[in-house]
Amino acid sequence: MSQHVLSLLVEDKPGLLTRVAGLFARRGFNIESLAVGATEAPGFSRITVVVSVDGLPLEQVTKQLEKLVNVIQVVELEPDTTVERDHMLIKVATTADTKAKVLETVTLFGARVVDEASEALMVEITDETVNCDAFVKALAPFGIKELVQSGVLAMAKGSDSFSQQILGTTKAN
Amino acid sequence: MSNEVLTGAQIIVRSLEQLGITDVFGLPGGAILPTYDPLMDSTKIRHILVRHEQGAGHAAEGYAAASGKLGVCIATSGPGATNLVTAIADAHMDSVPLLAITGQVNSTAIGTDAFQEADIVGITMPITKHSFLVTKVEEIAATLAEAVLLATTGRPGPVLVDIAKDAQIAKTEFSWPPKIDLPGYNLTFSKDEAAIASAVELIKSAKQPVLYVGGGIIRSGAHQELLDLAKITGAPVVTTLMARGAFPDSNPQNLGMPGMHGTVPAVTSLQKSDLLITLGARFDDRVTGHVKSFAVNAKVIHIDIDPAEIGKIKFANVAIVGDLKEVLPDLNAALRSELENKPLDISQWWSFLNGLRTRYPLGYNEPEDGKLSPQYVIKRIGEISGPEAVYAAGVGQHQMWSAQFINYERPNSWLNSGGAGTMGYAVPAAMGAKVSQPERLVWAIDGDGCFQMTNQELATCTINNIPIKVAVINNSSLGMVRQWQTLFYNSRYSNTDLNTGTDTIMVPDFVKLAEAYGALGIRVETVEEVDAAIKLAIETNDRPVVIDFIVGRDAMVWPMVPAGLSNDDVQFARDSRPIWDEGEQD
Repeated sequence: MSQHVLSLLVEDKPGLLTRVAGLFARRGFNIESLAVGATEAPGFSRITVVVSVDGLPLEQVTKQLEKLVNVIQVVELEPDTTVERDHMLIKVATTADTKAKVLETVTLFGARVVDEASEALMVEITDETVNCDAFVKALAPFGIKELVQSGVLAMAKGSDSFSQQILGTTKAN
Repeated sequence: MSNEVLTGAQIIVRSLEQLGITDVFGLPGGAILPTYDPLMDSTKIRHILVRHEQGAGHAAEGYAAASGKLGVCIATSGPGATNLVTAIADAHMDSVPLLAITGQVNSTAIGTDAFQEADIVGITMPITKHSFLVTKVEEIAATLAEAVLLATTGRPGPVLVDIAKDAQIAKTEFSWPPKIDLPGYNLTFSKDEAAIASAVELIKSAKQPVLYVGGGIIRSGAHQELLDLAKITGAPVVTTLMARGAFPDSNPQNLGMPGMHGTVPAVTSLQKSDLLITLGARFDDRVTGHVKSFAVNAKVIHIDIDPAEIGKIKFANVAIVGDLKEVLPDLNAALRSELENKPLDISQWWSFLNGLRTRYPLGYNEPEDGKLSPQYVIKRIGEISGPEAVYAAGVGQHQMWSAQFINYERPNSWLNSGGAGTMGYAVPAAMGAKVSQPERLVWAIDGDGCFQMTNQELATCTINNIPIKVAVINNSSLGMVRQWQTLFYNSRYSNTDLNTGTDTIMVPDFVKLAEAYGALGIRVETVEEVDAAIKLAIETNDRPVVIDFIVGRDAMVWPMVPAGLSNDDVQFARDSRPIWDEGEQD
């Protein structure tokens, strides 16, 4: 099984997320991460979903997703031509002894401090998943008190726009 | 120009009228009450009051399956809506165009666990083509138009529209036609000339081709185009359970039904084929048996309107996505010019298959207990009623025998619950079929188990003058389950006795039950009585008829491929496998 990033352009309708998530559950596909948000076009949202499946089931899940009436388009984003980003907030424990080392690690990974308290720092990082994971590993010895993260966000490189291509044709109909 | 101002309820009725709907099946309740008031005044829509919402759902299915038109059912919120669920799931599995309209509690009460509130949109998400929750009166007309478009186009299926009670009461301007906004619904299929050419090449080089015909031919209305394809290729045809009637049984190229209870020639033709020309079929497990050993030497041409069916179960060497009614003429034209001077040489294939037909015809043994043989009864119903009649079956042994022993000559004449296997389908489906095809003779061929699940609709039939004929193939047990217990559970009959036979306590007595519902009840126990009873049923049109055929309970459905086994293991009778000693084909 390998990981695949699917980017779904969808109508922003009630229950849409249930339909998409339900389809994955019903057909036995595991969602690794999920990110949903508005797009540049009003009324349309973008869902970025990371799934672990083999090639043939992936084709099946893509086709089943495309059958959902509120799903406009499903694209698989290839790693080489895609920018992928994860966003994390991490509350890491600090003491007088460790604070300097924590700050050093934060700088090293290009992360930022967003809140400072007496016994903890809240830091944020936006990077590829693999770098985010490395950052978490580096902070672990200091004591991670809390961690939240977004799903993967992904966009194809270059000047083409999937949503404009699709929504353009849609409006022409 | 100013439009009329109407209530949401009036808009529902007017929209249905505008959409050409003439018959609906339903049962009112609190949350749909506003809609039932203007419905009473409609001169264009006949509402048929059922006795249970499941009956409304299956009636709408039968209405649709017998006519090719949309079926419509209406229920109230909560339990009214959940009672539709089985029929909706059934329509989803068998691609039946169905519109289900449900009332919902007031929009302000949604989510509060209000009286008779159920999240029917959520409940039916996995079993509908699409579903809508409408909370604003302004959205009703467009939503109904979109729902009908979705249900009836592409791969047909059930669509649910759940309408809050306050939206039915509120008023707005009504204008028709409304604007349809379905940007994610694509109905245009590009012509794939390269795929047609590849299909032609595969067909030209095939030595053992089979036209594997599914229910898609019937839903598409492509039976004439299929006849042309069969004529051009001369290839054998198998018609799945959902496709009985898609190709005439009288045509010598028809090998019958494939699958778990298919004919030996049909099962074997798929199994030994080198090219499956798959038309609106979906490689259901009841057709393929053990998938990995199914038709291992066959290449596959798969034509289907649903892209997700292609490659779902079996790899397609050539895939064409589109409506069979549009694709087949292109394929036929291309084949015609290629095969005109050089027809397919499949004479060896045919001599093998014809040998199987001679050696392994469909047959049955007379029951040892001296009772009627169920196959004989069903065969006679078909022979006396003819191909213009409509036959709706329940689920189980009687369903398989009806698929095997009645000859179907036209599409939409055979109605059954194929994918879902819903016991209780027959009586309400026959009722719906009779409403859409009032001139036709409509049979419900039912089992004693199935009949007890939905026979309350006999009241609907009697009161609304819908004279269906019900043949209860009464073996006093859940026959198909009993057959499996005989074969796979050492004849330990756990909970399959129904006590409806003449040598039991007979609860209920189906003849008395029929009479209680105002139907004509007839009991038949001997061969001599069979024809007369069928004829009396056909002649009786002032009320429904129920014939209680008392049949032997040990009769079994053969041939059979036991579940999970390879089609190579087909048995034409208990412990009897066909012999492939000819060696000429493998």
